[in-house]
Amino acid sequence: MMKRDECLKALARHVTDADIVLPVYSTAFDWIDIRPHPLNYLSHGAMGLASSHALGLALGRPDRRVIVLDGDGSLLMNLGSLVTIGAAAPPNLYHFVCENGTYEANGGHPIPGRGRVDFAGFARSAGYRAVHEFSDVRIFEQQVGALLAEPGPVFADLKITSSGPQERDYSRIHGPHVRQAFRDALAAR
Amino acid sequence: MQQGASVDSRKPDGYLHGSSIIAEIKASQIEFVVSVPDITTSEGLLRPLAQATAPRLIRICKEDEGVGICAGLAYTGRRSLLLIQQTGLLDSINAVRGVAVEYALPICMMVGLLEKEPGVPPMQSKRYGVRIVEPILDAMGIAYHEIEGEADVPKIRPAIDNAYAQSRPVVLLIGRKPS
Repeated sequence: MMKRDECLKALARHVTDADIVLPVYSTAFDWIDIRPHPLNYLSHGAMGLASSHALGLALGRPDRRVIVLDGDGSLLMNLGSLVTIGAAAPPNLYHFVCENGTYEANGGHPIPGRGRVDFAGFARSAGYRAVHEFSDVRIFEQQVGALLAEPGPVFADLKITSSGPQERDYSRIHGPHVRQAFRDALAAR
Repeated sequence: MQQGASVDSRKPDGYLHGSSIIAEIKASQIEFVVSVPDITTSEGLLRPLAQATAPRLIRICKEDEGVGICAGLAYTGRRSLLLIQQTGLLDSINAVRGVAVEYALPICMMVGLLEKEPGVPPMQSKRYGVRIVEPILDAMGIAYHEIEGEADVPKIRPAIDNAYAQSRPVVLLIGRKPS
């Protein structure tokens, strides 16, 4: 198991200023502290939709890498998106799932099928070009750069534990200023 | 919010051509059609769109996915149309609420009205699942237009242009099977 913030720090070292990143819920609060950036796409509107927003962004901007940092509970709400992404096959989409087995932001209740659900297997059978699983942060650090250089869609299941207590100011995610900053940054670059 | 069907289009024996709707979709600079198949529009719209190279068709598993995909595309400046059935619209209300309405994004939805009687206004349909659509859109503050016959087809392009100009969602209700 990896601590989520350590994992995200390792990932952040390989994210460039041109990349679009879509983190969700608890991961988002860690990510915006680790890597604040106007091209963080934070407002997904409804739980589970991050991977779908990511597909739209990847199709609309094939010149950029689009990196979605999903949650396991979130992905379970939109499992069909794996199949849609596999079929659309955007080469610039990188789909990470932070698997901690809980709805962390909603009270820490377990996800259904906790410990038995095979997210990597789902992605593999849905047609992702490459699928990875990581539970050791040292190995993740060694391989994440190469993973982000592979043609997508690429899926990576990150077996993580929580980073600890968070201050969750949701205006940092849902506020209109966040969306405007993203819009401006995407138009400018 | 409603702009109803024109008088002629309300005739039960009126007609609606898929080719004219597709011409309006193309004229609206739609680059992506995102769709779950819908019985009303399956043959007249989706099948010819699937055979064309543009707009690009993205087949999705569930309609709320499409709301997210169209939102992502909107941020990149690429226009898209979500082609679905009203059952899928009803299933996607929370996504439409959050993404399209609260975030004020130009999510353009073309919605086939399953089992609506041709020539009958949706709110006068005998089908509960048809009658409730427009009141729900009214409650959500979403603009919509009835596309019941050929006379209504010219509403499509201005509705889509306006959605993008205002950054607001719009729903185009397809009231009979296009030929």
